[in-house]
Amino acid sequence: MDGLLALYIFMLAAFTGYEIIAKVPVILHTPLMSGSNFIHGVVVVGAMLMLGQADTPAQQAIGFFAVALGAANAAGGYVVTERMLAMFKKKEA
Amino acid sequence: MTLPIYVQGAWFLGAALFIVGLKGMSSPASARKGIVIAGYGMLVAIAATFLIPGLQNIALMALALALGGSAAWISGQKVKMTDMPQMVAIYNGMGGGAAAAIAAIEFAKGDAHSLATTVLAVIGALIGAVSFTGSCVAWAKLQGVLKKAYRLPAQNAVNIVLALIAIALGGAMVAMAPAQPALIFGFFAVALLLGLIVTLPIGGADMPVVISLFNAFTGLAVGFEGYVLGNPALIIAGIVVGAAGTLLTQLMAKAMNRPISNILFTPMVASGPGEAISGSMKELSALDAAAMMRYASKVIIVPGYGMAVAHAQHKVWEMTSMLEEAGVEVKFAIHPVAGRMPGHMNVLLAEAGVPYDKIFDLEEINGEFGQADVALVIGANDVVNPTARTDKASPIYGMPILDADKAQNVIVIKRGKGTGYSGVENALFYTDNCRMLYGDAQPMAGEIIQHLKAMG
Repeated sequence: MDGLLALYIFMLAAFTGYEIIAKVPVILHTPLMSGSNFIHGVVVVGAMLMLGQADTPAQQAIGFFAVALGAANAAGGYVVTERMLAMFKKKEA
Repeated sequence: MTLPIYVQGAWFLGAALFIVGLKGMSSPASARKGIVIAGYGMLVAIAATFLIPGLQNIALMALALALGGSAAWISGQKVKMTDMPQMVAIYNGMGGGAAAAIAAIEFAKGDAHSLATTVLAVIGALIGAVSFTGSCVAWAKLQGVLKKAYRLPAQNAVNIVLALIAIALGGAMVAMAPAQPALIFGFFAVALLLGLIVTLPIGGADMPVVISLFNAFTGLAVGFEGYVLGNPALIIAGIVVGAAGTLLTQLMAKAMNRPISNILFTPMVASGPGEAISGSMKELSALDAAAMMRYASKVIIVPGYGMAVAHAQHKVWEMTSMLEEAGVEVKFAIHPVAGRMPGHMNVLLAEAGVPYDKIFDLEEINGEFGQADVALVIGANDVVNPTARTDKASPIYGMPILDADKAQNVIVIKRGKGTGYSGVENALFYTDNCRMLYGDAQPMAGEIIQHLKAMG
């Protein structure tokens, strides 16, 4: 990827992350940490790409490990966040 | 490799859904919808990846997804709300591990890369590996597997030397790319060890901030590896989380009045007896406690992690309802780090059915303790310790506390005479207006309810 273009993406993404969190009530800190934890679970996609190009047994083993860990990050992050936020839902009436 | 437009489009959609989802999660009303939206983003991104032509090891990939995903899904469903922080830590560590493993394969393949790519791959690998082992230690501590803080002599020097070695090895990998397997192996070994050594001496009370910091780390690692892979979806998701996580970490550290550098380099330790505390702890019975609150006009409840561990939330809420029926004004005061993470106690109280409008945070409620007849402290300790205001030698000096000691009477429900999570003696328990109610929070709240019933 074009290095300078990536730099722009880095900058804009950093601002986006900062702005989204800046005005969050304390009660949502824990679910939000958990929710952002889920989002970086997208690392599983990167792990899949690497495993898809692995061509020695060692690379396959590390790739397998990476995909399993990434999948656990995504799945676990989702379940835990959803369970916490489900409890907030009803109290909004 | 050039990817088909539908794969790129799906990743773009995934990244957009992540941002919309995260935005949704930043307000209570839309939070639930937010995580579901982000969840769809994840499904779209993963499904599209399978459609890339020419990928090998598809069966292995599906197996790894199924194994990792289902194990985490099931454990996530089962975990109790009180144990939530360590689950976040372990899932986060896994993400860091995945990012480090991606880099490991990149290095092993040794394909020709630009300088920027190699540098970012190394940095991503380093912080991903630190986040992996560090988060595992954080999990072990909060889960109670690791009971005490292990502090090396000259801990800070060891930390710095290890970090420098890791950076030097990383530098060597950039300079000598493609690196030899021995160098790659050494680099990862030191990086993993660094996460372990840095986290081991950190006390449980500081752990939430550390978990949040590692969460930001993993985000950055994912973002950097995304650059290496040429995948903008990973870059966006990773960097958004990295920035959001960094801010969240700062907010938490501020709430505890513990600069992040202090947490990492001068962990909280019980530094001897500190200032001598005069007076004695005075006991009272559940009946007296019930009577004091029943005939009070205002009661403020300070819940702590001990209440949650004892699963007393429901009983405490039942007791609160009875007091309110008797005309007593009852409020809950939540310290920013009550529970194990900011907002954790709110989750636990919400689970028990306590409405939002009864729950107040530190700034809102601290002025009201002076007018309260009773402050009921349940399973909280360090967050009401007045030593934090007065004793400069105390490890918790400067931490904002709930001014429970300013209430007319203080009742403390506590399992035993031990100290709190920080290991610091609590001066509140020795003051004249404080009475101790020894026992588990749940049966104690039950007893108080019985007495309240008898009083009508």
